[in-house]
Amino acid sequence: MQVTININGQPVSRDVEPRTLLVHFIRDTPGLTGTHWGCDTSNCGACVVLMDGKPVKSCTALAAMCEGHEIRTVESLEVNDRLDPVQEGFHEMHALQCGFCTPGMLMTARALLDTNPDPTEQEIRTAISGGICRCTGYKNIVAAVRWAADHQNGAHQEA
Amino acid sequence: MATTVENLPSREHERPVGFGRLKRKEDARFIRGKGNYLDDIRLPGMLHGAVLRSPFAHAKINSIDTSAALAQPNVAAVITAKDLETLGLAWMPTISYDTQAVLAGDKVRFQGQEVAFVIATDEYSARDALQLIDVDYDPLPAVVNARMALDQDAPLIRDDKEGQADNLASPTWEAGDDEATERAFAEADTVVARDIIYPRCHPAPLETCGMIADFNPETGQLDIYNGNQAPHAHRTVYAHVAGLAEHKIRIICNDIGGGFGNKVPVYPGYVCAIAGSIVAGKPVKWIEDRSENLMSTGFARDYLMRAEICSKDGRITGLRVDAIADHGAFDSTAQPTKFPAGFFHIVCGSYDLQASHVKVKAVYTNKAPGGVAYRCSFRITEAVYLVERMVDALAMEMKVDPIELRMRSFIRPDQFPYETTTGWTYDSGNYAETMKVAMEMAGYDDLRREQAEKRARGELMGIGVSFFTEGVGAGPRKHMDILGLAMNDGADLRVHPSGKAVVSISAQPQGQGHETTFAQIVAEELGIPPEDVEVRHGDTDKAPYGLGTYGSRSTPVSGGAVALVSRKVRDKARLIAATMLETRPEDLAWEKGRWYVKGDPEKGVLIEDIAARAYSGQPLPEGMEGGLDAQMIYDPPNLTYPYGAYIAVVDIDPETAEVKVRRFIAVDDCGVRINPMVVEGQIHGGLAEGVGIALMEVITFDDDGNCLNGSFMDYLIPTALECPDFEVGETVTPCPHHPLGAKGVGESPNVGSPPAIVNAVIDALHETHGVDQIDMPCTPARVWAAMQGRPEPPQ
Repeated sequence: MQVTININGQPVSRDVEPRTLLVHFIRDTPGLTGTHWGCDTSNCGACVVLMDGKPVKSCTALAAMCEGHEIRTVESLEVNDRLDPVQEGFHEMHALQCGFCTPGMLMTARALLDTNPDPTEQEIRTAISGGICRCTGYKNIVAAVRWAADHQNGAHQEA
Repeated sequence: MATTVENLPSREHERPVGFGRLKRKEDARFIRGKGNYLDDIRLPGMLHGAVLRSPFAHAKINSIDTSAALAQPNVAAVITAKDLETLGLAWMPTISYDTQAVLAGDKVRFQGQEVAFVIATDEYSARDALQLIDVDYDPLPAVVNARMALDQDAPLIRDDKEGQADNLASPTWEAGDDEATERAFAEADTVVARDIIYPRCHPAPLETCGMIADFNPETGQLDIYNGNQAPHAHRTVYAHVAGLAEHKIRIICNDIGGGFGNKVPVYPGYVCAIAGSIVAGKPVKWIEDRSENLMSTGFARDYLMRAEICSKDGRITGLRVDAIADHGAFDSTAQPTKFPAGFFHIVCGSYDLQASHVKVKAVYTNKAPGGVAYRCSFRITEAVYLVERMVDALAMEMKVDPIELRMRSFIRPDQFPYETTTGWTYDSGNYAETMKVAMEMAGYDDLRREQAEKRARGELMGIGVSFFTEGVGAGPRKHMDILGLAMNDGADLRVHPSGKAVVSISAQPQGQGHETTFAQIVAEELGIPPEDVEVRHGDTDKAPYGLGTYGSRSTPVSGGAVALVSRKVRDKARLIAATMLETRPEDLAWEKGRWYVKGDPEKGVLIEDIAARAYSGQPLPEGMEGGLDAQMIYDPPNLTYPYGAYIAVVDIDPETAEVKVRRFIAVDDCGVRINPMVVEGQIHGGLAEGVGIALMEVITFDDDGNCLNGSFMDYLIPTALECPDFEVGETVTPCPHHPLGAKGVGESPNVGSPPAIVNAVIDALHETHGVDQIDMPCTPARVWAAMQGRPEPPQ
């Protein structure tokens, strides 16, 4: 079946099997491999993208369900060589190690700050609790999201 | 990427070099979604593999019919044990001198074992075809419990091995002095015994295991893309297994989405991908799904331990341990050859004992093979858990504070280097000092007061302590090898004419930040700013040989290699500088990045000027080759012995028995810290894993050998809500024999945290509910049962 999804502002059209997962559509067709797959069961959050501004797990959405929707992936965060504050925050606060969960965490953080620009530690922890990070113990991810909240207009551009 | 270094040892120096907090170079690609993990690689014409796995834990295979799968239009090939036999690949050696079926031909011996391999044009088609393969099985009784594996009438699991008449995987292994331990116990005034299980758990890195094998039939070259923690050793193994020439095999490890030991072994899927590429003549990608990862790849622990500990005159004096190691169906545990039970005999811990004795039996069961993985330096995790639980049990019996008993029994600073009762030589330490720092950070006395107040109100609060000593950085070639390969690491440093450098290493990062920290080592040693040092890894064609990254060995071994290769370059630079300054080398002194004339500091040359000279047409010292580079293989003289004091504070809901880790204080002494930010990040991550192991993570089986934790729905990993805001501290006791004074650290938090949490759980429940023992994971069901005085449900 023919599916057209708007990914990072660009319409992407492809003939797919009805069972094709959104995560595979994103990774295969435009080749945006920043969105990762980690678990099959909606538990790990490595595949989180924004659908119409809300974080969704792209391993649990069929590409066909996303016809006509707006998808944003990690590759959209940096605009005109300007990093999103959440990207800067992750670098500043050492909120990533192997980097595999990072895209999902970044998109989740972006969605949180879009709706709640001044979150408490507990609100940040709740927001990212749909994702698993095996490396950081979350402490620095929490700090990074808080950093981004404090620098919503961006601070420096060094990463 | 711009870099900044704070807290430099030499602040006044204007060159930004050396150790200190330095933001990571790696981040630039990861925060943009531009990492290059295995599944991100697409080669032209690439096919996709999928593995058919056994639904039974133990069964005879009567026949395998692949015809329906082969008839599918998108299927290129289906490989079974028969096909592999013709290639000589049906069985492969494990890293513990056992053999493991690549694809099962005679029998399946664990649920999830590899039975057939399908190659198709895409992953969906490959997985579809799996369902069309018809395997006729005769189920056999399964052995799930390691103690029952030792029964006389237990079904024989490894009837494929000639002469194998029982389920023992290797001869019983012992350390320490049995008789002296007898005496210590005879003279003791308090003796405590416990049966303690360290259950099977799984490292479950967020990226699962996989490979792309690309065999070129014209050239005989085999390129392997594979996230693994020891690429050079893997290449040697493939050369042996596949009968290919080692120089025709190239392993390329790009970014790896976590390893934690899970990516140390060679898995049957890898051999299938290689065989598939040889058969199909095209690149074959195979990536396991999450269930395959949890059910078939390297698990961790699974130790059943019986221990006794004793004291005399208020101090710990003796320890006796009898353990059974459950290896699963094949012994693929990765231990240095001379240590079949790994470093488990470090179970004598941080204490100045009179005597100890350790005995380990290893058994086969109908469970997945493995047994090294999960952030563990060769069974130290099990050992530390056991001794720290036993010390608490002894303190409980003696009615002394658990910290007080530890303080009385610690090895004293003046006793180092210290020979332990099981034969280790601990290099350095000041244990009591580190314990005190942890107590101060925690506010230990206040916590005990708070606990008493809460107890009076019917609230359940527990405070748990652990103190660990690890031996990491395997290791000296005279003692340690894996499959005959010495556990050394190489480094190759090339300083270019402009003074910028590339250092190639045999360590293989999976998130540890080597691209940053190893550049800092070169920076510290040569005065070249870290942003001018590129760290290369993960390509066996380009890096010197070495055994890779696991067992907290990167900094102790590879870090030592990088420091020493930098010093070799510095020594050569001195000779060149002497020529440039028209003086003798012995008249020169070094400060970061510069050789200068002693007594005339203004007269000197910078490393970049020396580099330019080294490649120029101008004269060099008599007989010297041009260029400024060096290579070396580092053979560490000993392991390094990091240690730490951990304190956990837990609250238990009296009505649901849910355990919440409210605070966790971790004070680590890993010697000199190259990049404290990276060290602390490692500690946070390991602590989260420890919280998971103590409270949630477990791989269990029913009586038929069905794995009950084959997805993240059942294998629970802590999220941000289960992890507290970790509080970390440090003391610094430099390693006396490491070139930088550094010790390994990556595994310490995973090693030290589970006993602290379990001790806290028991501490919360002992006085009110009489609980004096509980096994992990401390799930609500198990804690509730313990509170009711009922046997704990099986793990």
